[in-house]
Amino acid sequence: MDSWILTILTFFPMLGVLILLLVDRERQGSIRSIAFVTSLLNAAFSLYVYFNFAADSAAMQFSVNKSWIDSLGISYHLGIDGISLFLVLLTTFLTPLAILSSWSAVTKKVKGYYISMLFLETGMIGVFVSLDLFLFYVFWELMLVPMYFLIGIWGGPRRIYATIKFVLFTMTGSLLMLVAILVLYFMNHAFTGTYTFNLLEIAELPIPLGAQFWLFFAFALAFAIKVPMFPFHTWLPDAHVEAPTAGSVILAGVLLKMGTYGFLRFCLPLFPNAFMDNVPLFSILAIIGIIYGAIVSIRQVDIKSLVAFSSVSHLGFVMLGLFALNLQGMEGGILQMINHGISTGALFLIVGMIYERRHTRLISDFGGVSKKMPVFAAFFMIVALSSIGLPGTNGFVGEFTILLGTFKSNVVYAVLGAVGIILAAVYMLWMYQRVMFGKITKPENENLKDLNLREKLVLIPLIIAIFWIGIYPKPFFSRMEPSVKALIENAQTKYGENQSFQESLTLDSQQIEQMDEESED
Amino acid sequence: MGESLMDWVMPNINLELILPEIILCVFAILILILDPFLSKDKKIISGHLSWIALVLAFLAALRLWDLQETTFSQMFLVDNYASFFKFIFLVGSFLIVCVSLSYLKREEILHGEYFSLILFSTLGMMLLASGFDLVVIFLGLEIMSISLYVLTGFRRSDPKSNEASLKYFLMGAFATGFLLYGIVMIYGAVGSTNLEQIIRSIALGEVGSSLMVWAGAGLLLVGFGFKIASVPFHMWVPDVYQGAPTPITAFISAGPKAAGFAALLRVFLFCFVTIKVDWTTIVWIMAVLTMTAGNIIAIAQSDIKRMLAYSSIAHAGYVLVALVAGGETGVSSALFYLLAYTFMNIGAFTVVILLGRKGEENTGLDDYSGLGTRSPLLAILMTVFMFSLAGFPPTAGFMGKFYVFSAAVKSGFVGLVIIGVLNSLISVYYYLRVVVIMFMHPPKAEAQRIPVAFGAALVLLISIWGVLQMGILPDSLLSLAQASVSSIF
Repeated sequence: MDSWILTILTFFPMLGVLILLLVDRERQGSIRSIAFVTSLLNAAFSLYVYFNFAADSAAMQFSVNKSWIDSLGISYHLGIDGISLFLVLLTTFLTPLAILSSWSAVTKKVKGYYISMLFLETGMIGVFVSLDLFLFYVFWELMLVPMYFLIGIWGGPRRIYATIKFVLFTMTGSLLMLVAILVLYFMNHAFTGTYTFNLLEIAELPIPLGAQFWLFFAFALAFAIKVPMFPFHTWLPDAHVEAPTAGSVILAGVLLKMGTYGFLRFCLPLFPNAFMDNVPLFSILAIIGIIYGAIVSIRQVDIKSLVAFSSVSHLGFVMLGLFALNLQGMEGGILQMINHGISTGALFLIVGMIYERRHTRLISDFGGVSKKMPVFAAFFMIVALSSIGLPGTNGFVGEFTILLGTFKSNVVYAVLGAVGIILAAVYMLWMYQRVMFGKITKPENENLKDLNLREKLVLIPLIIAIFWIGIYPKPFFSRMEPSVKALIENAQTKYGENQSFQESLTLDSQQIEQMDEESED
Repeated sequence: MGESLMDWVMPNINLELILPEIILCVFAILILILDPFLSKDKKIISGHLSWIALVLAFLAALRLWDLQETTFSQMFLVDNYASFFKFIFLVGSFLIVCVSLSYLKREEILHGEYFSLILFSTLGMMLLASGFDLVVIFLGLEIMSISLYVLTGFRRSDPKSNEASLKYFLMGAFATGFLLYGIVMIYGAVGSTNLEQIIRSIALGEVGSSLMVWAGAGLLLVGFGFKIASVPFHMWVPDVYQGAPTPITAFISAGPKAAGFAALLRVFLFCFVTIKVDWTTIVWIMAVLTMTAGNIIAIAQSDIKRMLAYSSIAHAGYVLVALVAGGETGVSSALFYLLAYTFMNIGAFTVVILLGRKGEENTGLDDYSGLGTRSPLLAILMTVFMFSLAGFPPTAGFMGKFYVFSAAVKSGFVGLVIIGVLNSLISVYYYLRVVVIMFMHPPKAEAQRIPVAFGAALVLLISIWGVLQMGILPDSLLSLAQASVSSIF
């Protein structure tokens, strides 16, 4: 039985785009309101999905499977499970907050800006709910277009360099992934006789280990660039720093998660042997990301670029958890994806607020800001502590669970990863101290206004989420658990099946040799 | 005494099968005759006659769907493959005529011969698609090309146009020489120029000398390679594309390229299919060189017509990948790709035409600065065309590349596909550069609104519909392309 809610969730923002196209570009107030209301309604729809989600089932829920391009076996196949549920919720909640935060920040080409934001929301939700490889690829690439415009038109001074770098980097990975998708498509046909891009069907396929290796790396490259994993992270600082505030929020909050989601949804079910055999490589890259990202963050002079590098560090944690391949590690990893979206999204919003006032992001231009902006200082402190992982905040739950899982699989990795937490405290607290505490050193900081109502409304939901997940994460873990358990079990079963399949392939050639010898006698 | 005139019997030709071609021919001659009698302001009638002719020919071609019949002693074949190509040509020519009406008026070169030559050129293309005999293919090629040589030089007062025309003519004549020599070789080896006869002889091995067959195939590849502008026969493209009047540039980039491929695919995947292993490597190398050279050199261009010229070289490379793939999927993917390419290329060139003024073509890339503010609708349309050329979903360009690459993977050429996607990546850079300039650079001081004539608007509408339809709901056209090749295999 096909459900229509996911289609609505994915394409409702496009309805907003169509309405905005008809609105005259001078009526900026109406444009902002329409965009905000559209994204808010979409968030409401996602709540419907959340409350009607069966928490004990590992199967794909609310699915719809209609044939789209029959001659090639492409279907319009959507579905949501415990892993993608929270990523979709993250998207639908961050988008209205990002739109609200741009109220006074974006004054030129307003219509195009909000159209791009809504278009981006469609692409993002589409990526998380697609279960057809072709459809997933379409959304994956499609999502680049509005992001390209968001950075390139409304971004900072080096925006064109940043956006072209972002697009070319991401496309390199995704084009190689396209080749891998095609190879899978024809492999499936050779094995089953049907042409299909259906992920669930292709996941049943036994793939020989040699082919798995290449296919896994093609997919992994695309996702590793997105995460971003060291050494493919160099696009991130440029893109994040040059993007407008809301662009950075969405980029860090949602887009980076697509990489980690891709590892869980595609790499593990399709290529379990290659995935599991390469755990050391990816874990080490994750740890390098954690430590390197943190150390470089310490050195940053621009707040936004500090937060950008901290994303590399935090997502290294997520990857570490995912590659622990046990329930705690993965659940921690998924939760930390959400946490990072909330905390780093909030951090970018905060940076944006201070940038709007002073038009600079250099740490040296601040100092003693908390004297003039006490409410802001409070919000900033909470978010900073969440980013570090203070118990009571969401960051702690995620990082603790990840380290618990990693400790079970490999003690050394866990210890090295834990070092990252210390470094996070270093860069975050030191930055906070230099910006907010101490004497007011620059005269321009004397007249800073504290947060207005709109800015408080943007940050409050995030603060609530920080504490809610930090104190009561059970609803999140309970809904993830069946899907993650099933994922791990299926992967381990398939690992064994593929091994025996591989052995049966090689056994045949040995048998042939034996037969040759026997016939020669 | 022999037979007298009264004993002459009408040869057995099924005129219905060549009805589209007859329509084009009659109207072309009609325009030529009528034109001297039209006063200067009534010259537009020739233009209207030409698009009427193209519509009528399209309707006539529709009636010929799902046939597999030959006429003119098996020299002219009407099958789905030929019909699909004829649809591409007729649609392409229709779009060009519509956009030319206002262009010619603006440039004050509104002469009836222009439209007549376009009709003749289309006629030549249709012969190339339906030709089932090497001589007919040659005939079609010449009719198409000679009309194009003249059309390239249509801006008589512009030295660039004259230079382009002469270059095109000289190099084209040279290539025709190669083609003819190839035909001669094949004839020498097989004893006939009929494609059916050729494939039979080659398959059964009853050729005079297989060396002659290979030499003939190689020479034919050179001749066709020039027409489709593949490396290393592409040298004429940038100068000819830049010098020709822009509607003709659009015309050359779409129709004749597709026609060249029609004949190339027919000859190589039908006649020479049994010796495919011999020529696959060479075409593989040609495909790689064509894609790569086209994309890399395009990056250095500062004139949009030259950039689009090199981009069309690169796109020919992608279709060559389909040729390497071969088989049913290979051919149907090539057909689909050429249709998609016609829409997006003509669309992009229409925007280029609209930016020009009398005497000043405004084809530098910096003439596009701030088009997003000057004329947002045009800029958005151009953006869609650029994204389609680059291969972003959900456009025709993406679907076409996807289909071609899947055909290549199916035939086992994964390395070629990897090179193809990396080339797509390189092309993203220069296509996006146009979008950057349009939206992210400030407009020039004297920028005014751009007037869009009805004909150009119609072309943009049809092109954008084609690009989006083939990208989002390609099923109908995909099945059409697949139905077109089942007749060959």
